[in-house]
Amino acid sequence: MLRFVVQRVGALVLTLLVASFVIFGALYLAPGDPATLLAGGRATPAVLEQIRVQNHLSDPVWARYWDWLTGVLHGDLGQSFVYRQSVTTLLAPRAGTTVFLVVYASIIILGVGVTLGLSAALRRRLGAVVTVGTAVGMATPAFVAAIILITVFAVNLGWFPVFGAGSGFTGRLWHLTLPAIALAFAWVAYVAQITKASVREELSKEHVETARSRGIPAPLIVRRHVFRNALIPITTVAGLTVAGLIAGAVVVEQAFGLNGMGSFLVQAAGQKDFAVVQAIALLLVATFVIANAVVDLVNGLLDPRLRLVKGR
Amino acid sequence: MATAGTRRRARRIDWVMLVCATFILLIVAVAILAPLIAPHDPTQVDILAAHEGPSASHPLGTDALGRDLLSRLMYASRLSLLGPALIVVIATFLGTFLAIAAAWMGGWFDAVSSRILDILFAFPGLIFALLAVALFGPGLWAPVIALSIAYLPYDARVLRSVALRERNLPYIQACYVEGLPTRTITARHLLPNILPFVFVQATLSFGYALVDLAAISYLGLGVAPPTAEWGLMVANGQSSILTGYPQESLYAGLLIVATVVAFNLLGDRLATRFSVTTQ
Repeated sequence: MLRFVVQRVGALVLTLLVASFVIFGALYLAPGDPATLLAGGRATPAVLEQIRVQNHLSDPVWARYWDWLTGVLHGDLGQSFVYRQSVTTLLAPRAGTTVFLVVYASIIILGVGVTLGLSAALRRRLGAVVTVGTAVGMATPAFVAAIILITVFAVNLGWFPVFGAGSGFTGRLWHLTLPAIALAFAWVAYVAQITKASVREELSKEHVETARSRGIPAPLIVRRHVFRNALIPITTVAGLTVAGLIAGAVVVEQAFGLNGMGSFLVQAAGQKDFAVVQAIALLLVATFVIANAVVDLVNGLLDPRLRLVKGR
Repeated sequence: MATAGTRRRARRIDWVMLVCATFILLIVAVAILAPLIAPHDPTQVDILAAHEGPSASHPLGTDALGRDLLSRLMYASRLSLLGPALIVVIATFLGTFLAIAAAWMGGWFDAVSSRILDILFAFPGLIFALLAVALFGPGLWAPVIALSIAYLPYDARVLRSVALRERNLPYIQACYVEGLPTRTITARHLLPNILPFVFVQATLSFGYALVDLAAISYLGLGVAPPTAEWGLMVANGQSSILTGYPQESLYAGLLIVATVVAFNLLGDRLATRFSVTTQ
């Protein structure tokens, strides 16, 4: 068990290091001089020289990477040339919106997705509807779901605001409901489909048959014997879901005019504000990698069989 | 349950697969023939005819600048399908090559390439594409190349296990023992037998590629207006939704969903046929 944890954490750290190096090194892949890029295009030779000194651009790659990395770990994410402010100050308020959105969407995905899948597996007719629904749902990108929701619920019915993130907890909740649904849309379909397949499979297993023949009431069977086992595949796809949520949050924030990290990333990418792009990309990738590792560890804890299938 | 050993399986037509394949062929045909069959010039602006409903001359109405929606949707299908096609071709081509190489050579090559692919797994496609756009500017190529690289590990991983399984089969061993050169064994025997799986993977990837690329265009970081592209049209039409004209966004969005559904279902059906576990 301990060996598994150590292995997994080790792989996590290695992946983080290499991924951060890729993000760091990307700056040097771009056409042009890195100093000019960081300055944002036109700058006087004096400013360029200052940037070169600040970022130690004349040092060897490893030293520069190490400086950058230690800076990041201390909270120094660089300077945005567009806003002339430190990236950390710019990100702090925006991060809250993004986190709220992603957590909200996750709750919807788990709650609605699992419930839908479970009910679909237990009832024939609902099952057929859900199969069709999930096929369409999974194919719906977040931005398409967004405009459908806007058209129906915001413009025509007027139940929810069209854009903005709102203030205060209830304000945020109300403003972020449609974005969260748009973000969760495709994933609810995915989770529902997996849950349905998993529950169906559990239901056909011998231990369930035995329980049924012993006269245990159906709801109890579902709760005690079926549900917990059926949940295992869902935890397995949790990692993939996190990646999708991160990418989807970027699009949804833009669609609803939310001032979060995602829309900031898009804006910065368009403006070639490279320090911002690097910082946000690093944060998102790190979140993804850590989330995956956590999911793997939790899975290993839940299902001892997974701990044995390790290594190549 | 069918009894084991039944000789004649009932030949039931898979309607789902048929419908999907037909739809895809239809869309591809429209894309190729767009200049010939589109009723209007997709870039022709006519402010006086803005936001018109369906009519004889404009079967699907017009957008905010009076451009014919049907023609724009038709022309848009060209880029909206070309982008994902490029991504899929590049990713599956490289993925197959890597998979066969890793499966055949094993040892350090397999270990190293697997590690590299693991690192690539850490980057969600969209993030990689945004990085590329920040470096090389918006357009078609930066996102396409970035997404191809981002999809590579998924294709390579699936195809590697397929190739490994195939490689360990007796007939390949027989070729090896016979002394056939590696190039012949891999090209003449191994590759053709894993091609069905490559095809399935390509079909499944197409859907994801379409969605990701449309998202990038939606964000304004793909092709530039006035070029027509479905994701871009969804973005263009969004402001019109607020004034009560959701047509442009909805039609474009609908086409995206329909195409992705078709490819996903087709891929699933093909996968079941070839008995491969989908990712």
